[in-house]
Amino acid sequence: MTVKEAVPVLSVRDLTVEFVTRRATLRALDRVSFDVARGEVLGVVGESGAGKSVTGSAIIGLIDPPGRIAGGEVLLSGARIDDLPQEAMRKVRGKRIGMIFQDPLTSLNPLYRISEQLIETIRVHTDLDAAQARARAIALLDEVGIPAPERRIDSYPHEFSGGMRQRVVIALALCAEPEFIIADEPTTALDVSVQAQIIALIKRLCKERGTSVMLVTHDMGVIAETADRVAVMYAGRIAEIGPVREVVKQPLHPYAKGLMGAIPSLEGEAKRLVQIPGTMPRLSAIPPGCAFNPRCSQAFSRCHVERPELIAVGDRKVACHLYDESNAEIAA
Amino acid sequence: MLAYILRSLMQGIIVMLAVAFIAFSMFRFVGDPVVNMLGQEATLQDRAELTERLGLNDPVPLQFARFVADAAQGDFGISYRQGRKVSSLILERLPATVELAVLSAIFAFVTGIALGVYAAIRRDGWIANLVMALSLIGVSLPTFLIGIGLIYIFAVELRWLPSFGRGDTVALGWWTTGLLTTSGLKSLVMPVLTLGFLQLTLIMRLVRSEMLEVMRADFIRFARARGIPERRIEFRHALRNTLIPVITIAGVQLGGVVAFAIVTETVFQWPGLGALFVNAVQFVDVPVMSAYLLFVAFVFVLTSLIVDLVYIGLDPRLRTGNPAMAK
Repeated sequence: MTVKEAVPVLSVRDLTVEFVTRRATLRALDRVSFDVARGEVLGVVGESGAGKSVTGSAIIGLIDPPGRIAGGEVLLSGARIDDLPQEAMRKVRGKRIGMIFQDPLTSLNPLYRISEQLIETIRVHTDLDAAQARARAIALLDEVGIPAPERRIDSYPHEFSGGMRQRVVIALALCAEPEFIIADEPTTALDVSVQAQIIALIKRLCKERGTSVMLVTHDMGVIAETADRVAVMYAGRIAEIGPVREVVKQPLHPYAKGLMGAIPSLEGEAKRLVQIPGTMPRLSAIPPGCAFNPRCSQAFSRCHVERPELIAVGDRKVACHLYDESNAEIAA
Repeated sequence: MLAYILRSLMQGIIVMLAVAFIAFSMFRFVGDPVVNMLGQEATLQDRAELTERLGLNDPVPLQFARFVADAAQGDFGISYRQGRKVSSLILERLPATVELAVLSAIFAFVTGIALGVYAAIRRDGWIANLVMALSLIGVSLPTFLIGIGLIYIFAVELRWLPSFGRGDTVALGWWTTGLLTTSGLKSLVMPVLTLGFLQLTLIMRLVRSEMLEVMRADFIRFARARGIPERRIEFRHALRNTLIPVITIAGVQLGGVVAFAIVTETVFQWPGLGALFVNAVQFVDVPVMSAYLLFVAFVFVLTSLIVDLVYIGLDPRLRTGNPAMAK
């Protein structure tokens, strides 16, 4: 790890999440580890079902049953939070970890004014009285770019457009000045024209406050522009994690290579996009060894029996036997 | 919003006219009013005179218009059997039924919502499961059986409550109430429980399933992610969203309480409109029957109108059309 200064804001160690169903116990996350430094934006990419959102839910302690954290730990500024009692965890949510959801149309309670929802959240986490909380709410709306906030604050959610609602959601997530924000595909449900604005807004606000962000998304363009580091997830495991520039330009993990190869480029001549053969395994049928081995063109015998651990390669970590020194002769 | 209310009103009026037509048709198809009023011994001339006097020789649309105009003014004609004005018969019986129905509705609503919310929040608790199991009985047992069962336990065996009638009543103007005397209140207990029980179980099950649905919504998840206390999420964020669909159905149920009152009133010999109607059916007392029909329809229309208004109060999306568009 290059992050040596101070304790990371968020540190996830061997986090394992399981969903117990009648037929089997499904592992949605399998020993996932990563750190997020203060003020850093960590992008998390991967296909649907790779465990991106589950990671966010697990960190904030909101995995719906029958899911549960089966192992590992989550540390917020050095202190464990995954084993906190419910009430203590509730005080962490919103206050120290904020969360932005995918769909702003359904994230807000349709029956209450924006002001009621903002003031409620502010007052739950601070000692401000109603008038102070309202002033704070107006200031926040102004900051997230809602025009005429002192007038618009008393509107209902349905009176805002999708992009404006996502701004309100961001204001709600930032209410209590959390040190860490989880943005779970914050632009997926928005118009393309609004997406860039929302991403820029999240980035600016977090930069101003020194807030760290975990940005979950499908959109590699957003990651390349916004994130400092990126984690590529596959079948509930981290395949590769490292500085965004390196991972995007020169991915190491065969899956990451495939993922980056599937992005069309605006410059240069139109090439045929690379496609990864096959599909991600279902959680009930993850192959032994490396989860990617059935789709990997470079797989060798060890990949079918032994799960690769994250290995440091320069500033990065890769979970692939190809980069294990002891296999150097095979990889070459 | 005004347009919304006007539309509800229009719908109500159309429903009332349709029911009025059915009530009006009863006079023509259920027996001959002239024979009914004059009896077998009347001469042909008497009949012709009465037919003329009742306006039965006029064209049907004109008769219907007259019927509607009279009914709108509360004139439903004269009871064949009792020879009294139907309107005064109804007014006399109205307080008994209204008190019974309103108390039953309140009982069903309050208890149903409370139990439904409890069953939803403590979804896996044994009390919640027990309540759900018991509610199945309420859904499946016929009303009269519950009434008879209650009578057996509380009137016959324990002798705590009277088995029939309204007890002593106090007259407030033309309104007679059983709420101000001990015997009146005691007499109300079993009929209210009987009449409200079915609605209670329906409302409870509905509240439970709606609430479980709402608790899965994104905005509940987001409220949790904001650190809002669980109690507050349940009672502030979830309950109000739960009540919107519940109120639609419960509003219709409320009309049903008045309609079902017939059975309960018969079991407890409750001197209300239901009992009046049952007697009227036995004697083919068409004016009373048609007036009762109109009354029940009116209750349904009125409750659905109230439901529409409560809706506006609960759901801001229905208010003021769309101010974002109206500048």
